[in-house]
Amino acid sequence: MSFFSTLFLGIISAALVNNVVLSRFLGLCPFLGVSKKTSTAVGMGTAVIAVITLSSAITFVIDHFILRENLRYLRTIVFILIIAALVQTVEIILKKKIPSLYKALGVYLPLITTNCAVLGVAIDSAQKSYTFVETMVYSVGTAVGFLVAIVLMSGIRERIEHNDIPESFKGMPIVLVTAGLMAIAFFGFKGTIG
Amino acid sequence: MKENTPIERLYNGILKENPTFVLMLGMCPTLAVTTSAINGVGMGLSTCAVLMMSNLIISLLRKFIPDRVRMPAYIVVVASFVTIVEMLMQAYVRSVYTALGLYIPLIVVNCIILGRAESYASKNKPLASFFDGLGMGLGFTLALTIIGAVRELLGAGEIFGFRVMPESFEPVSIMVMAPGAFFVLSILCALQNKFKAPSATNHGDKFCEGNCASCMDKTCHIMERSEDK
Repeated sequence: MSFFSTLFLGIISAALVNNVVLSRFLGLCPFLGVSKKTSTAVGMGTAVIAVITLSSAITFVIDHFILRENLRYLRTIVFILIIAALVQTVEIILKKKIPSLYKALGVYLPLITTNCAVLGVAIDSAQKSYTFVETMVYSVGTAVGFLVAIVLMSGIRERIEHNDIPESFKGMPIVLVTAGLMAIAFFGFKGTIG
Repeated sequence: MKENTPIERLYNGILKENPTFVLMLGMCPTLAVTTSAINGVGMGLSTCAVLMMSNLIISLLRKFIPDRVRMPAYIVVVASFVTIVEMLMQAYVRSVYTALGLYIPLIVVNCIILGRAESYASKNKPLASFFDGLGMGLGFTLALTIIGAVRELLGAGEIFGFRVMPESFEPVSIMVMAPGAFFVLSILCALQNKFKAPSATNHGDKFCEGNCASCMDKTCHIMERSEDK
């Protein structure tokens, strides 16, 4: 298989087949919390793509050149600190240099530190000892999968709002049922990649 | 009941403000690891250990941590205890360690822990904070065990690995797969709404609608503002 088709399959597999929210349960909090409107969902998804891509590149370098074999047990502490620092730095730079982008994404940035998808991707690719290219493909794919899931969810929720829902299912329960049905739908992607 | 006594804290964590059923925090591990009751217990107890110790240490350090860098300071404390728990589990309970896998290091970003550090341990005395952590941890364990038991019962006909359903019972295997987690939790939430039990879903304003972001009060308001626009 050529290099690019492997890349493409890697992204598809991380984004759809093993969708980060619906089959691996990472990043559920923003998925349930920030999916009321499509515009906010797109903002959150974009911010997550930026942070996951940057943080997994940085954690890969740190893991390979500083932690290596003998400091491996420090992974969790170092990775979460890198992510927290990165999110802060990105926020400060955006605020100063690109205020328009900060206005669009700024409010989501503080929420991303506690998004387990970011830390999950970094630790997972370190544990599976991926190469740099594999790490990047895996993290971009995962982040795109998050964007797809949260945007789909917000679209459905905007429609649900005007429907007649049983009294006790209003609010969170109906959202969870929707998420469950979406998870079944995403099962359909299993088997598309051998 | 008197405020901030150990017994009151335990009652508060297990029943009155149960982190999963009432506050609806820490949803990721709740849904991900509850494929069986024993995994629920494992995850709950490891979170409980981290929660107790981090609450205790943060409460002891509350006068020394400068306000502006408190979040990174809390994260370092929590991450250290998570690493310790992870190493202990790897050494002594290998089977649970393999079953929980990636979700053990992810205890760091469990909002229950940072949430309790920010909203309780940073303002109260060490003993009360320790019992607050214990109560919240036990409440979390209880919730995870219940969800795990329901999923295991429906999905495999067993509880804690013991067969309870008759032979003729056809396991509903979707219950132990990803969608089942959403369905079970949604039914439990709906029952809470039905019987008007207090929960984040029907007391939205009080608990910031069960959003992890409510760990930090600050971000909770940010969320509200962004939703208003």
